[in-house]
Amino acid sequence: MSTPKMVTSRLGFEDSFTIDRYVKTGGYQALRKALKMTPEEVCAEVTTSNLLGRGGAGFETGRKWSMLRANPVRYLVVNGDESEPATFKDRMLIERDPHQLVEGTLISAYAIQATQAFIFIRGEFALGLERVLGAVNEAYEYGAIGPDIFGSGFSVDLVVHPGAGAYICGEETALLESLEGKRGYPRIKPPFFPAVIGLYGEPTVVNNVETMSNMPWIISNGGAAFAALGAGRSTGTRLFALSGHVKQPGNYEIEMAKSTFRDLIYNPDLGGGVRRDNKVKAIIPGGASAPWFGPDQLDLHLDQDEVAKAGSMLGSGSVVVMDEETCMVRAAWRIARFFHRESCGQCTPCREGSGWIDKIMRRIEDGYGREEDLDLLMDACDNIAPGVTWPPQQTTICVLGPSIPSSVAWSIRMFRDEYLIHIKEGGCPFS
Amino acid sequence: MGGFTPDNLVKAKEIIGLYPKARSALIPLCHLAQSQDGWLTPEAIVEIADLLDLAPAEVKGTASFYDMLHTEPVGRYLVGVCTNIACMLGGAYELLEHCEDRLGIRCGQTTKDGKFTLEETECMAGCDGPPCVTVNYRYFLGLDNQGIDQLVDDLEAGRLDNEIPPHGTVYRNSRNVGLTASPTQEPQAGGKSSQIAQPTPTKRGAK
Ligand SMILES: Cc1cc2nc3c(=O)[nH]c(=O)nc-3n(C[C@H](O)[C@H](O)[C@H](O)COP(=O)(O)O)c2cc1C
Ligand code: SF4
Ligand code: FES
Repeated sequence: MSTPKMVTSRLGFEDSFTIDRYVKTGGYQALRKALKMTPEEVCAEVTTSNLLGRGGAGFETGRKWSMLRANPVRYLVVNGDESEPATFKDRMLIERDPHQLVEGTLISAYAIQATQAFIFIRGEFALGLERVLGAVNEAYEYGAIGPDIFGSGFSVDLVVHPGAGAYICGEETALLESLEGKRGYPRIKPPFFPAVIGLYGEPTVVNNVETMSNMPWIISNGGAAFAALGAGRSTGTRLFALSGHVKQPGNYEIEMAKSTFRDLIYNPDLGGGVRRDNKVKAIIPGGASAPWFGPDQLDLHLDQDEVAKAGSMLGSGSVVVMDEETCMVRAAWRIARFFHRESCGQCTPCREGSGWIDKIMRRIEDGYGREEDLDLLMDACDNIAPGVTWPPQQTTICVLGPSIPSSVAWSIRMFRDEYLIHIKEGGCPFS
Repeated sequence: MGGFTPDNLVKAKEIIGLYPKARSALIPLCHLAQSQDGWLTPEAIVEIADLLDLAPAEVKGTASFYDMLHTEPVGRYLVGVCTNIACMLGGAYELLEHCEDRLGIRCGQTTKDGKFTLEETECMAGCDGPPCVTVNYRYFLGLDNQGIDQLVDDLEAGRLDNEIPPHGTVYRNSRNVGLTASPTQEPQAGGKSSQIAQPTPTKRGAK
């Protein structure tokens, strides 16, 4: 049996982003169907599907919705900030199937009875913003947005909101601050769980673009059909963004939990193998925030719980492959530098720690490192996330800080000798 | 230079009308100002503050948090080279060096003629075609040195003018349906008058 394409079915069409193509390929039928169900019934389908959020934390979507505080005003905010390094799946969904995203958002708004929804899109996605704005205009004229949509009695508005360049705005409470016209400073939880005190202080659901894009399929085919795919809690299909030293980088929609990292990298229909047929040295399994895996862990399944048990996370669904010609110090330094540049600065361990780690890593890579630097780095990691475990202990407002050790500490643990060669030889052996 | 042109003032009020609370329009209005002037001028900051009933310092203090909002002039073309992990593995630092040579500037600088500003960016979600180069946020994936030279030549000759508007214009369309703010009406801070802002009871579906 071939796996259904739940979110990428339309991408073969040149005009996949137009309402004509969308409606011709079954678009907006799921919304019509949902509007004939009760909101509770729609929620129940999503709960049955066990759809895990695709933004990074992997929380059950149905459960998240059920935690929404009872209140006359509720908001739905879609997270299209996609800035996690090496993650590029949402950009594809936003640019090439914006109506699917809009329809999924409208279904979800109805399910949670939010009359105002927002799609927050990273400001750098110029084409994506044009496409989703265009789709919202078209959907409004089509009767899917606005007062009394499709004559159902349900009214909803959908605003496309541009970001302005800040990774931290992908963190859901920072995103809400940004949407309120402020700096993207994450809010402290408790009390600021979006479901309790979210946008403008009202209960709010924040869901990822891919999470929303699954809704039309779930409503059309039923939550049980979704849950029939995958294994355990990892149901349905998922987009994996594969990059780095593979022959065929790209986004691949595959059934969850059935394939392994090795399949993803080597299958001729997926990654197609490593460049120059080199060996894999390490992979980053779930975005730059995830602890690294070595070549001995490639047979783990693309299953959220299996990967978590092995000490990392599927995270944003991106996989970076690094081959034997890659300098591990340089790779880890570049990720550390990213966190240093993007730390919002509210918490001392994250703000100061990221800066020190960036500088020490750079010093080692450039050949000026000292052997004590490795302990110093581990110590800095320990100050940010005590114990340097995964999942991390959190001493900061958000988990950006505790994600910093994922590349630094894990690369030291896995490739200590390579660090020592840099220090002894006074430079990078790879350059 | 004043604040918004009359046309953009209409647009600004429409944008404010989209939100339950006016301040939410702050970043969209900054983008609008940049699309008009190429950067966020002091006059625009004052006008945005007036429109949102904020102090200019609040607008500037928010804008300064965000990489895309520039309170200093930038070149007509903002060339970004991503050097984050996937692009670095694909040779981004080497390409960035070549960009510096070709443009005769270092990262963060603007050419004397005001045409180009060069930037080292974080991940732009173009990691499947490393290195990921953007020009005013339009993507050019997998370029080599010759590709960069050609791109710069094309930009200098104006051959990409249709695809790439001058810096500041991110999206070229706007919301054009269901607008609630009439252009003459004063924006209402803190409350949207539209019926859709209010929760509406839902008709239960037929079972
Ligand atoms: C530093 C940081 C960055 C994040 N960036 C994103 C992002 O770009 N997109 C996203 O959907 N979620 C991101 N998240 C996760 C969100 O906080 C949130 O969990 C998610 O949007 C919820 O949607 P989901 O349940 O559908 O996955 C980020 C989290 C952190 C801590
Ligand atoms: S952990 Fe870092 S990014 Fe998160 S709130 Fe604290 S300083 Fe900001
Ligand atoms: S790492 Fe360069 S675009 Fe993602």
